[in-house]
Amino acid sequence: MIGNFLDQFWSLTFGGLSLGFIYILIALGYTMVYGVLRMINFANSEVFMVATFATIIIIRDVFNFTQTSEYATGFRLWLILGTALVASMVVAGVLSVLIELVAYRRLRRMNSGILAPLISAIGVSMVLAEAVRIMTDSRPVASPRAMEKSFLGKFFDADVRLDNTIIIVAAIILLVILLAFVNKTRLGKAIRAVSMNPSAAKLMGINIDGVVSITFLVGGLMTGAAGFFYVLKYENSSFSIGFELGIAAFTAAILGGIGNIKGAFYGGLALGLLETYASFFLGTQWKAVTVFVILVLVLYTRPNGLFGEAMTQSRA
Amino acid sequence: MINLRDKGADIWERSNRIERTFIALGFIALAASLPFFGGTFLNTPIADYESVLVYPVAMFVLMAIGLNIVIGKSGLLDLGYVAFFAIGAYTMGLLGTRTGLNTWEILPIGIAMAMFSGVILGVPALKLRGDYLAIITLGFGEIVRIVALNLETLGRSGGILNIPTPPPVFGIEYSFDSHRIYYWTLLIIILLAIWMVRRLAVRRAGRAWESIRQDEDAAELLGVPTFKYKVWAFVLGASVGGAAGVFYASKTLFIAPDNFTLQISILILACVVFGGMGNIWGVILGAVILGYLPDRIRFLSDARLLVFGLVLVIMMNLRPDGLLPRKKREKPLPKEAK
Repeated sequence: MIGNFLDQFWSLTFGGLSLGFIYILIALGYTMVYGVLRMINFANSEVFMVATFATIIIIRDVFNFTQTSEYATGFRLWLILGTALVASMVVAGVLSVLIELVAYRRLRRMNSGILAPLISAIGVSMVLAEAVRIMTDSRPVASPRAMEKSFLGKFFDADVRLDNTIIIVAAIILLVILLAFVNKTRLGKAIRAVSMNPSAAKLMGINIDGVVSITFLVGGLMTGAAGFFYVLKYENSSFSIGFELGIAAFTAAILGGIGNIKGAFYGGLALGLLETYASFFLGTQWKAVTVFVILVLVLYTRPNGLFGEAMTQSRA
Repeated sequence: MINLRDKGADIWERSNRIERTFIALGFIALAASLPFFGGTFLNTPIADYESVLVYPVAMFVLMAIGLNIVIGKSGLLDLGYVAFFAIGAYTMGLLGTRTGLNTWEILPIGIAMAMFSGVILGVPALKLRGDYLAIITLGFGEIVRIVALNLETLGRSGGILNIPTPPPVFGIEYSFDSHRIYYWTLLIIILLAIWMVRRLAVRRAGRAWESIRQDEDAAELLGVPTFKYKVWAFVLGASVGGAAGVFYASKTLFIAPDNFTLQISILILACVVFGGMGNIWGVILGAVILGYLPDRIRFLSDARLLVFGLVLVIMMNLRPDGLLPRKKREKPLPKEAK
């Protein structure tokens, strides 16, 4: 068992890393909103699900790929991938902003606590998941393969696959842009101000509603990118995918410490790797259990997650 | 907006003991007579009306009352309540098929098992705050389901078959198709649960929960052993869920991991919030509506959950405190106004 594990260590690690980056991007959808509103953005999982379908539609219907088409190469390939990525990000971003308008805005103005928005967000995710379920006849939808998943070379003994490499590189670029946006721009500063102290931010003339919309937009863009990467890696989607990945990504956000970007990063990576290693040792059916047990242990020793901001702690 | 909650409370407060008894008996009689309305507009188009009354309606009411102790009374967000329901059901399934024990003998064992797992989960989880508790409980709910799905003893995805029905009580037989007998039995269990919650609410525990919900730090400073009472709330909530589980298994005679998904936890949570967190009558109303609605609108067939989601969004936006919200303490006394 251990020998096998060492043999496959690098290929497992690569798979785990690319999964981890998908988790990071979805986790950002949770964590950015949580940072600003202190609310779980329950509908984020369905934003992800819708984004996977946006990618499939671009590849299948806009560029007319079928299961038997020849792989695209060169410029055409990058055009297809680029269009799909941008389209799913835009769809997810817009959807996320709309969700905020429908499910959160009114309740936020009424100061209704955290549970009422949670339920209305659950309502929105039911509507989205059900609408897609009806449109897809409750069946999973396969995405045609647009590119050859060629091997770029070997890293130790592991095959470095093109799709995994694209995911890791593109995700890192997106994260760098996001960090620059949050840390360097005026809007990013406004987001940080609102997350630190909403009332003080308001007194300084920051338009809170605008900042919240921007936060949902940015979270949605990241989640949308995750949808594209997911389809690139697994080449299918279904109406229930949001639920499965959403819980994992939310766990990742908490594992790292919800509310900050660094936390989502380390949490996502840790979860992607842990899940992959745990499935290897214990079989895929136990991976969720392992992840949750680890989450409990981490939170038990570090109640705010690995990199969480210190919140008021209960003494107990 | 009309405040039904205050109107109801007003009538109740102005009645004397005898009137109150009549009001209570009237409601119980109304609830007990529900199975006889099968032919009216209440009828559910596809599912059998009386069976809908047992599950989901009455079962949801019972579980919502239990979850309300955790969320509504003490403000702890539990997203894995289905775990206790599952533990009760599997206790019934295992003991009912492997040993000679009957439902009424297993009921306390199932409740004890649910309470025990409530302690196991609650002691580490309740040291965390708010949203982290939500994810831990959510994870626990999934773990219970996954364990049931993968353990040979628990029948894997096939579940447990041929769970015995409850033995006759006072000569009344429980048979698979006599739904109303189950419904009335559940009604008695629900009344017991309501009685327990109402008694606790006016005692030390109820006051401790109320103070924890409003401001945990202040409660702690005033000497309320908050951790102890949080665990108590959690364990009591679990016991109600366990009781519902035992009875559920004994009613459906067949349980499988698919019956205990996260969706149930979320639905029960929706019942509590939709009806009016913290107010037991609101919670019951919420559970009745949300349990009943999906089956009543089955004529929408495929779109019914979509409509259900829309109803949740619209209702929460219109009445964020739920249909029958809890009484607001700060509100001026209505009697002076008149």
